[in-house]
Amino acid sequence: MKSGDEIKGYPLVAGHRGCQGCGQALAARIALKAAGRKVVLVNATGCLEVFTTAYPYSAWTVPWIHSLFENTAAVASGVDAAYRAMGKDNAVIIAQAGDGGTADIGIQAISGMFERRHPILFICYDNEAYMNTGIQRSGLTPLYAYTSTTPTGKASLGNVSTKKDMIQIALAHGVPYVASATIAYYRDLEKKVQKAVRVMGPRYLHLHAPCPLGWDYDPALTVKISRLAVQTGLFPLVEYENGQLVSVRKISKKLPVEEYLKLQGRFHHLFDSEEGKKAIARIQAIADANIAHYPLM
Amino acid sequence: MKRVLEGSLAVAEAVKLCRPQVVSAYPITPQTHIVEHLAKFVADGELSAEVVNVESEHSAASVVLGATASGARSYTATSSQGLILMAEVLFNISGLRLPVVMGVANRALSAPISIWNDQQDSMSLRDSGWFQVYAENNQSALDWHIAGYHLAELTSLPIMICMDGYILTHAYEPVDIPEQEQVDAFLPSYTPKIRLDPDSPITLGVLTEPDAYMETRFTLHQALKTALDHVEGVGKKFSRIFGRDSIQLVEGYRLEDAEVAVVATGSVVGTVKEAVDDLRSSGRRVGALGLRVFRPFPRHAVRSVLANIPHIAVLEKALSPGGPGILSADIKDALYGDTRWPHIARFVAGLGGRDITVEQVEEMVLKTLTGKVEEHFLGLNTSLLEQGEG
Repeated sequence: MKSGDEIKGYPLVAGHRGCQGCGQALAARIALKAAGRKVVLVNATGCLEVFTTAYPYSAWTVPWIHSLFENTAAVASGVDAAYRAMGKDNAVIIAQAGDGGTADIGIQAISGMFERRHPILFICYDNEAYMNTGIQRSGLTPLYAYTSTTPTGKASLGNVSTKKDMIQIALAHGVPYVASATIAYYRDLEKKVQKAVRVMGPRYLHLHAPCPLGWDYDPALTVKISRLAVQTGLFPLVEYENGQLVSVRKISKKLPVEEYLKLQGRFHHLFDSEEGKKAIARIQAIADANIAHYPLM
Repeated sequence: MKRVLEGSLAVAEAVKLCRPQVVSAYPITPQTHIVEHLAKFVADGELSAEVVNVESEHSAASVVLGATASGARSYTATSSQGLILMAEVLFNISGLRLPVVMGVANRALSAPISIWNDQQDSMSLRDSGWFQVYAENNQSALDWHIAGYHLAELTSLPIMICMDGYILTHAYEPVDIPEQEQVDAFLPSYTPKIRLDPDSPITLGVLTEPDAYMETRFTLHQALKTALDHVEGVGKKFSRIFGRDSIQLVEGYRLEDAEVAVVATGSVVGTVKEAVDDLRSSGRRVGALGLRVFRPFPRHAVRSVLANIPHIAVLEKALSPGGPGILSADIKDALYGDTRWPHIARFVAGLGGRDITVEQVEEMVLKTLTGKVEEHFLGLNTSLLEQGEG
């Protein structure tokens, strides 16, 4: 018997083992529904793979393959090559990975996929650390976040580097469709996926995916936190076509970054000290720079 | 049609005849010529395939993984560092039971860097769950590529066809290239049992808990062991269509009444046979066993061919530093027990492209006959070693 989700055509259906309030599960559910049913999904190792496919169960109603951590874009390239060789090029190929599988260990294969112009949508679910292995820092972990490999202490305010800019990296490869999105603005997310799948050539979608466990917040706040990331200017929602910025979600009223940071345990240490205040000011400067750059206001 | 071809071109011709739909590789010496030739066939319109030029061997293996899972016949080739960079993907491919065919131009591993031949690269991937076959000459490399597709697709197991770098890949030898009609009659089209298809969704590459992982490993192990029978079946079909008996687990050579047998694999088997002929003509009772299939290990074939031979001299072109011989451990496993405890002498030779001569093989045989040999490195330059100590 088919479940309600299956009848509605969701590629990712209920019953998986995702945490309560998992931002990635929500992001995948919305994004992949928008991509339609004629898809092949290639998944990196990570939470999404682990919580959806524990044998003998699968939460996927579309063809799905997981190979390894860093080779997602290369496996997807092989799927594309095969489909073209077999004259079956009507399926949408989507490669998906977390932030580590995208910006760190996966970036070489992604660069190759971009450069060879494979018509593949690569989705990065950015929850800003290696959550599946227990909250270790990645290249997309934000400044001053606590992770288990950037612990806070007398001599540390957490992570010392800023997020790697995957949007610019994709643009530098000449990727014809590059966008960022988040679950809080899900219509925007749907539209971006629907547009992305119609573009010829590679496409890159960077999704903000809050993680209650790794970010240490009440699971009920996932959507709120995702919205605050946008409203503070820390996660700009942008869209590029053929290298041109074609849309930016404007911020109606700029909120201070504290509004976003204070809800998350990974930033709590910043509210304890003078050093922490200075750190918050530096995070505010990142948001202000984003707001001025696009501009978001 | 008989032609005198470079080994790499002979292999490329064989692959072309098998009509792969996706070819993906990364350049590395001495493999490169194989995929260069394939790319040229595609450029000239002689082969209709997608050529995916990737950014690493890790990605080359991943591309053929994805392509094979999608239902396309695929090919990749590599050597040395490239092969061990692929290691992670190779275990994954066999675990997913994807019938990928790969050519390996055997080359030493760094450090120190060496572009020359030994078999350390593929022997280090002994446990990857792939078929491993070793070609004695270019005809055998060509034949195994054609048979390899059949075997892989029949058993849902990947196969690496190893040929000694330079010694075979760059050597010109006469080879018999089959006609397309013959290959089409031999090799059925690739129709996978499962593949990534939006009309028939499957989930591939799942997470298993301790309650199911071991069974998948057991199944892979059983599949490889059972595949030994398929080698015989495919070999018979191959002989019938192509008139050659190259597809066999092992080749016994002049073993009748032998008191010593030399065991080797790859191109050095030719040198070994020459040494056997020399020694036979001076009255020595010597024979040889060429191991064509190394994984799955043809235990029973080895056992029956080497039955009742008291001395076995194993020639190793790869090393398990600090451990036993890679080949000789398997030979011992096949022969020891019951009532037989033959003398198994281990010789390491030819590392990093060091020539192995007929005289050295003869030296091996004489040493084996005159006393117990546990381990001996053939052709070691002792003055170089002393220099190193000083």
